[in-house]
Amino acid sequence: MNAIKPRETLNLEKVACPNSFVRTKLKLEEMEQGQVLEVILDDGEPIKNVPRAVKEEGHEIMKVEKLDNKWRLLIKKA
Amino acid sequence: MAEYNIKELKSGGLMKQKEKDLFSLRLRVVGGYVKSEQLVILSEIANKYGKGYIHLTTRQGVEIPNINFKDFEKVRKELAEVELEMGACGQRVRTVTACQGKECSHGLIDCLFLAREIDKKFFGIGGYPHKFKIGITGCPNACIKPQENDLGIMGRLKKRFVKENCDYCGLCAQVCPVGAIEVDKDNEKIIFHEDKCIGCGDCVYSCPTNAWQKRQEGYTIFVGGKMGKFPKLGIRAFDFVETKEEVFKIIEKTLQFYKEFGKQGERFRDTLDRVGLDNYKEYVR
Repeated sequence: MNAIKPRETLNLEKVACPNSFVRTKLKLEEMEQGQVLEVILDDGEPIKNVPRAVKEEGHEIMKVEKLDNKWRLLIKKA
Repeated sequence: MAEYNIKELKSGGLMKQKEKDLFSLRLRVVGGYVKSEQLVILSEIANKYGKGYIHLTTRQGVEIPNINFKDFEKVRKELAEVELEMGACGQRVRTVTACQGKECSHGLIDCLFLAREIDKKFFGIGGYPHKFKIGITGCPNACIKPQENDLGIMGRLKKRFVKENCDYCGLCAQVCPVGAIEVDKDNEKIIFHEDKCIGCGDCVYSCPTNAWQKRQEGYTIFVGGKMGKFPKLGIRAFDFVETKEEVFKIIEKTLQFYKEFGKQGERFRDTLDRVGLDNYKEYVR
């Protein structure tokens, strides 16, 4: 799994909802199908909202990793 | 001016104002759902007969203030053309409130559909000791505040865990609002405290690998909530009702119980406190 190389990275530390999801969505819009986006999210609301919203939009969450007070997601664009 | 009986008029949604001959017209609205073409007519009526505005009530209803009693029949006809009817006041089943249900990303049940069915069956029926309010909310976020209604309905979900799908990322434990899930990544173990689970479905909707899956939707029923001068929150009387049919049966039996045991002028909660929750539950089941 560590071999997955993200195409783009979005650091959303200190970015509150709903902007955390909006920015993730906008970034995914710019990308091609199958490309992988790495997102760094804060604990709390962002990690509660972003993964489910990304899933609802049909993208695949390939990896979820906890890093201290942050989370790292790898999202494959559908 | 013709003679009229205020009490009788009230049943049809005419709210007397302080000003002589003026009424606020309360309409029958279900779950705050109003079509855009109805809004256009509401605007026209408010301009033509009222003072150019409408009032949105706390229970998602619409009232058109400042209608002169002599215009009432004309207004009623114009409303009927876009399928708008007068609402309910007095000792009746009132406006059924509902959230957006499945249109919201948290909604677990189709609230509007349920609200329409309940409205069709029970709206405006009178002969009870006092008013009776029903509210439907799609999930345990409870935006519609089911606990403030004489009978509140809340969507819930039961789930299953598919071990093979889980990669123990820990997201479910993080999103769970009540700490019902513990994830032991090192030993690849999930501990689920079912007694803590409130059935919001956050774990199911967040799980990246579909290890948490929806098993069944259902309904929690609260009874005896009220606001006003002596507010009380509704009591969680039925924790997980599995079918819509059962929900209907509970509403029907509850109204029957209220009619049979309630004293004139008493809200349902007072009947419940006086007669006893256990007796009520036994009556309904």
